[in-house]
Amino acid sequence: MKASRLFLVGLLTLVTPALAQQAKVSTFTLNNGMEAVVIEDHRAPVVTHMVWYRVGAADEPAGKSGIAHFLEHLMFVGTDDIAEGDFSRIIEGLGGNDNAFTSSDYTAYFQRISTDNLELMMTMEADRMRDLVLNEEAVRTERDVVLAERAQRTDSDPASLFSEQRAAALYMNHNYGIPVIGWRHEIEQLNLTDALEFYRYYYAPNNAILVVAGDVTPEEVEALAIKHYGPLAPSDGITPRVRPTEPPHLSPRRLTYSDERVSNPYVIRTYLAPERNTGAQSKAAALTVLAELLGGSGLTSVLGKALQLEDPISVSTGAFYSATSLDPGSFGLYIVPAPDVSLQDAEDKMDAVLQQFLIDGPDAAQMGRIKAQIRASEIYALDDQNGLARRYGAALAIGLTVEDVADWPDELDAVTADDVMAAAREVLDLKNSVTGWLMKEDAE
Amino acid sequence: MKHLLSLIFIVAFGLPANATDIQKVTSKGGITAWLVEETSIPIVSIEILFRGGASIEPDDKQGATYLMTGLLEEGAGQYDATGFLEASEALAARFSFDASRDLVSVSATVLKENLDPSMELLRIALTEPRFDDVAFERVRGQVNSSIRRAETNPRSIAGSRFRALAFGDHPYARDLEGTVESIAALTPQDMRETHQAALTQDKIMVGVVGDITPEELAELLDTVFAALPQSSAGTVPLTSIQTDGGVEIIDYPSPQSVTVFGQAGIMRNDPDYIVAYVMNHILGTGFTSRLNQEIREKRGLTYGVGSFLTPYDRAALYMGSISSSNENIAEAINLIREEWAKLADKGVTQAELEAAQKYLTGSYPLRFDSNGAIASILAGVQFANLPIDYVDTRNDAVNAVTVEDINRVAARLVQPDSLQFVIVGQPEGVTAE
Repeated sequence: MKASRLFLVGLLTLVTPALAQQAKVSTFTLNNGMEAVVIEDHRAPVVTHMVWYRVGAADEPAGKSGIAHFLEHLMFVGTDDIAEGDFSRIIEGLGGNDNAFTSSDYTAYFQRISTDNLELMMTMEADRMRDLVLNEEAVRTERDVVLAERAQRTDSDPASLFSEQRAAALYMNHNYGIPVIGWRHEIEQLNLTDALEFYRYYYAPNNAILVVAGDVTPEEVEALAIKHYGPLAPSDGITPRVRPTEPPHLSPRRLTYSDERVSNPYVIRTYLAPERNTGAQSKAAALTVLAELLGGSGLTSVLGKALQLEDPISVSTGAFYSATSLDPGSFGLYIVPAPDVSLQDAEDKMDAVLQQFLIDGPDAAQMGRIKAQIRASEIYALDDQNGLARRYGAALAIGLTVEDVADWPDELDAVTADDVMAAAREVLDLKNSVTGWLMKEDAE
Repeated sequence: MKHLLSLIFIVAFGLPANATDIQKVTSKGGITAWLVEETSIPIVSIEILFRGGASIEPDDKQGATYLMTGLLEEGAGQYDATGFLEASEALAARFSFDASRDLVSVSATVLKENLDPSMELLRIALTEPRFDDVAFERVRGQVNSSIRRAETNPRSIAGSRFRALAFGDHPYARDLEGTVESIAALTPQDMRETHQAALTQDKIMVGVVGDITPEELAELLDTVFAALPQSSAGTVPLTSIQTDGGVEIIDYPSPQSVTVFGQAGIMRNDPDYIVAYVMNHILGTGFTSRLNQEIREKRGLTYGVGSFLTPYDRAALYMGSISSSNENIAEAINLIREEWAKLADKGVTQAELEAAQKYLTGSYPLRFDSNGAIASILAGVQFANLPIDYVDTRNDAVNAVTVEDINRVAARLVQPDSLQFVIVGQPEGVTAE
């Protein structure tokens, strides 16, 4: 194995000295290319063990939407050493919880369990990284489960269906336009061969990140990782993740979706927006602060103050931004109008508020409160072992480094009013946007 | 996700050393809190529960408790709604106010360095809420919107109908948020009266975890709560559940049949509660449960199925839920009924019991994973009228359960003929009964 690096990351350098707290974070890399992050939290004899793969729905071959998520389900079937159905049974028998999740950019598996079971978790996770065993019947049954999942979480929810349509319109060329769970007609065709091909290509130590958070020392985690993950053969098929990119967006897109199950119609707009990149996070930081200013906290935000308080035409408003993605993400705004207000009026008023903001710029007092909350959130984060583990895992899975994660609070704190305005002018361009109306009745 | 987290929520744990060191702190004014000192992070988490909740509101004020609770952070003392939010943002204090059928609950996590000004905000929210007309109208509009959303949400429709069937004319049958009509009739004065009735010193239960000493906490308790009324009218009557074992279908345009099922449950203070809890884990909680294995793992009929004990303060349900396609729901319901009958008739095996005990005792410590979570547990143990050493003895109680205990409780509790289903969807091959 390579010489291990061990350093402490000062997460809270901007906090007053009396408050200065550090999450003890260390990293190492195994000879086979597997990276690891250890986050110490000695408050309880509990550990969060996660393995993240640098593959998600946006890496799927054309026509195979949903294969990344389907494989995530199949990873619980069994291995050459673990009988079918026993994976989660063993963990439950030890009082542990396990689950997994898939996004467009990554797939992650985790267990939360008492610290003395960490070695077994590594044994099992290492085993299924290379030795998954599937059969036709298990694949058919689990595909039915995934179709049921899609039916429950997407097909039964007008807002989810609408969200799929909007993403497909926002991304004209990039795979962020396909849903993580997959399109139903393509899920129905996924098979054992598809799953194994995807698995053999992407599931390997040189495409994986180990995150261990809890009552452990970096030295013991490293020793265990060398023993259990170290022997795994790397894949020689892992190439840089270069995906199709978006052409210039020349035309604002608008869509409506009508569904009789809708009770509260709304207007939502997403703009294509830059993301965090290693060593270059300042624009994403400015957009994060912009989202907080415009719609992060209801009444004290620009949209809430204008459209819920001063001219109370809406039930709720908000803004959102996804900073942490491999390729450009999205910045969004929404307004849920009061029952007697039309979607057109709501959109017009939201746009008027936005235009005024672009003239006035941020309120200094509001910026100050947002900064105070950002600084405090680093202290609160120390009370959230699982959240810290996810923060590092997600960042490393999209090509950021632990240094980038450590720098992020400073980047946010350094954002100025001018930074916010520059980012707003760049991103809030209708040509880069999709505006959607979710409605109960068909549009006229 | 492989499975919905909401279906594995009944997890249990080896305890962190500090979580078991619970101190009972009583203020000069007689307010009691349970405290775990945890100084490694400079924050303090406080969970405050007021027993009673929406169940004690008058019949003609349905939804008043929920609306009142939502208004506590919408203006208090010298602050209007915006002023209060700005003040809490400047302190980076995190407050949440919530109401349930049995409780009004307040969760606060604050920075140690901002403890005093944060507690001052909490004090005025609890004791000097303004219920300004403009805030009242705005929040009522939001609740109205939420009620309308629930009216088209299949899960809410199923739950609401099930409660109506199970609870009859008891207050628990009501929807927590009220109805469009009931909240339209409410006034700011109703909010003041509801506040005076719901937030009283005799109803308080407090759990605190964080960087605070017992002496500091004792002082803080009097500061925050002293101005609350001493007491108000008590609780609603105990009620029993009568379900008739039928199937009710509510037509809803969806490919899915969202289904809630249930029968009478077991009260939290019943000596057999822990036995029933272990029994239910075997039936319907987690990946290895009988329901999950039969319906999801073997047949792929659903993404999630589960059953859970739902003990309220004044009644108890034993419930479950499943979502399955309209074509598959009939088969799924038959399987649920078979498992219900099998449990009542044949009980469980020693191997199942041992697996359940290992999971429930081993995972209990996982619940104590943040200051806020521990504060919530401390208050919850008080709500259940359990002793202060409950956290230390809970795993022993789980391990003491025998197959005979479960089979005895299954025969008494599990009633296949009373298992009531409410299906929201367009199920095929199911007849309303």
